[in-house]
Amino acid sequence: MRALVIAEHDNRHLKPATLAAAEAARQLGGGVDILVAGARCAAVAEAAAAIPGVETVLLADDAVFEQALAEPLADLIAGLAGGYDALLAAATAAGKNVMPRVAALLDVQQVSDIVAVVSPDTFVRPIYAGNALATVRSADAKKVITVRTTAFEAAAGSGAAAVKPVAAVADAGLSQFLERRVTESVRPELTSARVIVAGGRGIGSDGAFALVSQLADILGGAVGASRAAVDAGFIPNDAQVGQTGKIVAPDLYIAVGISGAIQHLAGMKDSKVIVAINKDGEAPIFQVADYGLVADVFEAVPALIDCLNR
Amino acid sequence: MKVLVAVKRVVDYNVKIRIKPDGSGVDTANLKMSMNPFDEIAVEEAVRWKEKGHAAEVVLIGIGPQAAQDTLRTGLAMGADRAVLVKTETETEPLAVAKLIAAVAKTEKPDVILLGKQAIDDDSNQTGQMLAALLGLPQGTFISAAKPDEAGRITVIREIDGGLETLSLATPCVLTTDLRLNEPRYASLPNIMKAKKKPLDVTTPADLGVDVAPRLALLKVAEPPTRKAGVIVGSVAELVDKLKNEAKVL
Repeated sequence: MRALVIAEHDNRHLKPATLAAAEAARQLGGGVDILVAGARCAAVAEAAAAIPGVETVLLADDAVFEQALAEPLADLIAGLAGGYDALLAAATAAGKNVMPRVAALLDVQQVSDIVAVVSPDTFVRPIYAGNALATVRSADAKKVITVRTTAFEAAAGSGAAAVKPVAAVADAGLSQFLERRVTESVRPELTSARVIVAGGRGIGSDGAFALVSQLADILGGAVGASRAAVDAGFIPNDAQVGQTGKIVAPDLYIAVGISGAIQHLAGMKDSKVIVAINKDGEAPIFQVADYGLVADVFEAVPALIDCLNR
Repeated sequence: MKVLVAVKRVVDYNVKIRIKPDGSGVDTANLKMSMNPFDEIAVEEAVRWKEKGHAAEVVLIGIGPQAAQDTLRTGLAMGADRAVLVKTETETEPLAVAKLIAAVAKTEKPDVILLGKQAIDDDSNQTGQMLAALLGLPQGTFISAAKPDEAGRITVIREIDGGLETLSLATPCVLTTDLRLNEPRYASLPNIMKAKKKPLDVTTPADLGVDVAPRLALLKVAEPPTRKAGVIVGSVAELVDKLKNEAKVL
């Protein structure tokens, strides 16, 4: 059993999601290599080489991989697959984009978003917005897997893997990168934050959403949102927590003015401590909250900020 | 331009599912079924392209039992022109679904294939990407905007972790929809009546020469661990005290 983990990065930094995929790969029980495909991304390869348990870093450093377009990246991964029994990536927007394409090129039925490795061919994955956990056994000779990052804790320690260059693939020119607008933020990344303060429809307006951000900043946390808050334009889409948005599991999740639709709960119910502040005492969010405060958010949140500032 | 849209019949998003007591699966008998919400967005986008003159024809494809016809009729009532049902009683996995759509696409020759980014039942998020691979086409996944241009390419905005990405794709191409692409319409009663007369062809995996045998064996379906009931605190001060001294997260 040999596994290849696809590193996620921005050509400068390795994304922490990669560590979760590497841990799932380690649990398969065989050797683990990691692929860094990008442009001028030697620093990423260096970071990947330090992940404990990684034997070799395959470095495909070429302009064709600069924007991680799915078409050339999938061709590269499928071309390297011959030497591996399993291919893994984090179930992030990037991993979800490329891995099914790889799986189809290899005629493999991918196993998406695994939360546990039962054995090298058997995995647990959530279905129906996390309202059920399915245990599935793959009959494919090769496994293609995406990993729910909140379910696998990065192994401690540090390694010293060898870095081996691999050849690039030709770009068929199917898609062309035009632009990427990344929300600049000094706050921690949502999926790896220790504390998240999330706002919902109950916040009522764009301006009032600043209360949520203020509370997040005092706690050194990230800002999240329900779909309703994103749809209302209070905050950009990449803050959406839920079944089809980001899956998070921080130490502390404070839900402000969020009613708690099952689609939202699917994204945050594995948080260690959940606090809900909502004026509707019947809101379903209180059923998953460790601490509930039935109160007007416009009174409770400023009071909370005040209390924490003291 | 011809647009092919894939639609899946799933348990309605408002329904709380029940796990069979023997853990063999999810009990979907007698539950309200609807079109997968992301597929509704895909149908809406295609119909809007038709209304704007970008698309000449909108064809739907559905894979499933006879009852999946109802979902296709819903899409026809939204404004699609005709539909193809690939009838099968077997639970089809994303790879098999992608192969079936690819087989139909080879005869239909669409310029764009639109799908929802994921179905809300098995949450796999695979079919569109697999279809693009099988047909050797470019893919634009998780899109929140799409615009066909004069040169026959499509410019899409994709929702990615941390922001938005803009790509220009050659056609034919495969697109998968995210939530903010549009807000799907409700079909009007006259359109629902009209949809009953629109053409709906039925084929089967065997007719298309596609092997749909599952690759994944479902061993068990279990309830997720439930959180123990929490407490309602009386004040902000009490909340802060509990977070500091009981939960120890502050």
